[in-house]
Amino acid sequence: MSEEVLVEQKSELEERFPDISRDERKGYAGFIVPPEKIVEFATGLRDEFGYDFLSSVTGVDYLPEDQMEVVYHAYKTTGGPELVYKVQVPRDNPVVPSLTPFFPGADLQEREAWDLVGIRFEGHPNLKRVLTWEGFEGHPLQKDWQEPFYEEDGKPFKSRWPGGDVIRSEDNNPFNKNVDYPEGFDPALWEPVGESAVYAGVGRLDHAVSETALSTDQIVVNLGPQHPSTHGVFRMVVRLEGETVVDLEPVMGYLHRNHEKIGERNTFLMNIPFTDRLDYFNSMSNNFGYVLAVEKLMGTKPPERAEYLRVMMAELTRIVNHLAAIGFLLNDLGAFFTPLLYAFEERELILDIFEAVSGSRMMCNYYRFAGMARDLPEGVFEQVKSFVLDRLPRKIDDLDTFLTNNEIIRARTIGIGVLTAEQAITHSAVGPVLRASGVPYDIRRADPYGIYDRFEFDVAVRYHGDIYDRYLIRLDEIRQSIRILEQVIRDMPEGPIQEGKPQYQVRVPPGEAYGRVEGPKGELGFYVVSNGKPNPWRYHVRAPSFINLTPLGVMGKNYMIADVVTILGSIDIVLGETDR
Amino acid sequence: MADFYGKGLLKGLGITFKHFVNTYLEDIRWLSRGQRRYYTEEGLESRRSTDAKGIFTVQYPDEKLPVPEEFRFIPFLIYEVNEEGEQQDRCTSCGICAKVCPPQCIWIERTNDPDTGRPVPEPKEFYIDVDICMNCGLCAEYCPFDAIKMDHDYEISVYNRLEKNIYDKERLSRPVEYYASIRPTNYNREEAARAEAEAKKAARKAARKKQD
Repeated sequence: MSEEVLVEQKSELEERFPDISRDERKGYAGFIVPPEKIVEFATGLRDEFGYDFLSSVTGVDYLPEDQMEVVYHAYKTTGGPELVYKVQVPRDNPVVPSLTPFFPGADLQEREAWDLVGIRFEGHPNLKRVLTWEGFEGHPLQKDWQEPFYEEDGKPFKSRWPGGDVIRSEDNNPFNKNVDYPEGFDPALWEPVGESAVYAGVGRLDHAVSETALSTDQIVVNLGPQHPSTHGVFRMVVRLEGETVVDLEPVMGYLHRNHEKIGERNTFLMNIPFTDRLDYFNSMSNNFGYVLAVEKLMGTKPPERAEYLRVMMAELTRIVNHLAAIGFLLNDLGAFFTPLLYAFEERELILDIFEAVSGSRMMCNYYRFAGMARDLPEGVFEQVKSFVLDRLPRKIDDLDTFLTNNEIIRARTIGIGVLTAEQAITHSAVGPVLRASGVPYDIRRADPYGIYDRFEFDVAVRYHGDIYDRYLIRLDEIRQSIRILEQVIRDMPEGPIQEGKPQYQVRVPPGEAYGRVEGPKGELGFYVVSNGKPNPWRYHVRAPSFINLTPLGVMGKNYMIADVVTILGSIDIVLGETDR
Repeated sequence: MADFYGKGLLKGLGITFKHFVNTYLEDIRWLSRGQRRYYTEEGLESRRSTDAKGIFTVQYPDEKLPVPEEFRFIPFLIYEVNEEGEQQDRCTSCGICAKVCPPQCIWIERTNDPDTGRPVPEPKEFYIDVDICMNCGLCAEYCPFDAIKMDHDYEISVYNRLEKNIYDKERLSRPVEYYASIRPTNYNREEAARAEAEAKKAARKAARKKQD
């Protein structure tokens, strides 16, 4: 979309909603909406202007200005750039009307903003902590909140140099004393209030039990947190009528480490290796999203060869992820590890490439601001070439023959876990989950970043929205990635891989930026606010694994309990990213 | 319908069967050439190549995958031995690695001249807590003196983590020859750059002398 069209649309918006004002702060964009008008504005934007996809809801604490802000990013599912709007509320009473009744996709994100930043969303049906535990004291992303054994507001810490007196951090943090309890709190006497709330939450009956059926009791079952089906420490609380799931609620946060607070203590550069650890299958595309956001703030761009390298790595990592996703899905279906190991064979060869290029198989840490860490070592380009052109297409066809027409797989997946296109959009589902429901929305095409506008590829789309389509779409996407890689290999230019001199302390002008990429699991966004200091003021990750769990309840209802395991597998979550 | 129930299953099983048979066919082919497919470098290489057939696994620890040159694991410090046979650290304790380290696992104690109290460009102590180190390699990347580099040795488990896992300067130091042996390409590139910079410096000096 051209600049003029955007400006024109903005004035149209101002005409329609006279109460809103433009965000005039330097480096900021979008509109500021009064809190009482936010519901009217958001629904009006959806119904009259076509911004039907509410992608991200972020809470920001502006301590010096004594206010809190909720930042919304909305998109059209037909494509185009984002529309940013914000609500500002005073810090001592941060209350914002909830958008969850109108956009169910805001559910988990508003809970996260309440949990971590402490913004209350009035009208939210289920506003309770989501990532930290129920007895947690305070809201950790508030700027004046300090973690136990807090050292300094920002790295680098002064004790490291030139004094250099080594202290093992666990000497600071001996066993049994690693938590700060509020005064008068005794964990032995504490009643987990949130626990009963979870069970009460799944008690909401919205499907009437037929009168002619046997009179049975419904029972609540915990799947997880330690359960082989959950791919990590994740819990599904399900209410069962016989074997049928009546209601389902995801409970998460067991792997929570407050990645975002760590990110705010870090300098901009230090965050790159930390993003590797979000979705540890796709460190390359995590790096990509983060450097895009910071590059937007810095106003720099990498040289041509680096752009091609970025696309090459991002597509290879997509293949890695989809192979692993298909393999694990088959594990959930009961095909224990044989298909997974077939998929892992190809993954190993790609990881060999990553290791040769970046030095590590999974924690790649390869992207830098305005460039890449290093050029391809000798022989790696040939390795990629022979792998992508000769081996991979053949092996994907093998996998296809191996699995796609298998009668057991078809019986277990066709028509199970259906998510309609409308549900997918309102629940802010992204990536393969959204596209398998018939919405051809791919950021690489809808709002191209990097040099994706140069490549020829099709946006994979399937229309049934069931598990089978979510499996097929991943095969489709691998084939499209191979197509992109073929073009990258054909066009790869020579030249430098870093714009300017590599710096360990980058200067980032004040402002906000949202960088998003089409990660293998969906829209991965990084919202970064800088105030000109070496550390980011706010660093937020819009994690696809986390937000794709919002429609899990919708998908799982009225199917058998064994299907719920597969449905979760078909979303393809990684707990490192879900819990952050 | 020409399809019968179970056709998909059988087709799928055909793939695994082919894989199974290929393993033995490859074994026989290697045997007939008089080569060993297992526990040899060529065998390992062929099993990991893009046209590999059959078995794919590596018999660790009897077989080990060779690590690529860029492989990174736990930093080490480089020293050079001068004509008098003394160890000379390349490190000048400028502190850039400690400042850039994301988990902040590097502690450097700077040496001060006992007479003047001014800092001397060499570290008194240098600690890395390898329990915390995340092997990101940023220290090696941003070191202006090529003094800290990432190692290739990944088998560093110990019995007593509490005593052994804070590495001091002695444990971290390695001769420059070791670096040259694990990263020959990088080493040669850096040496060439250093020689060039020194030649430029000498030329500048000579030019200045001429002017005087």
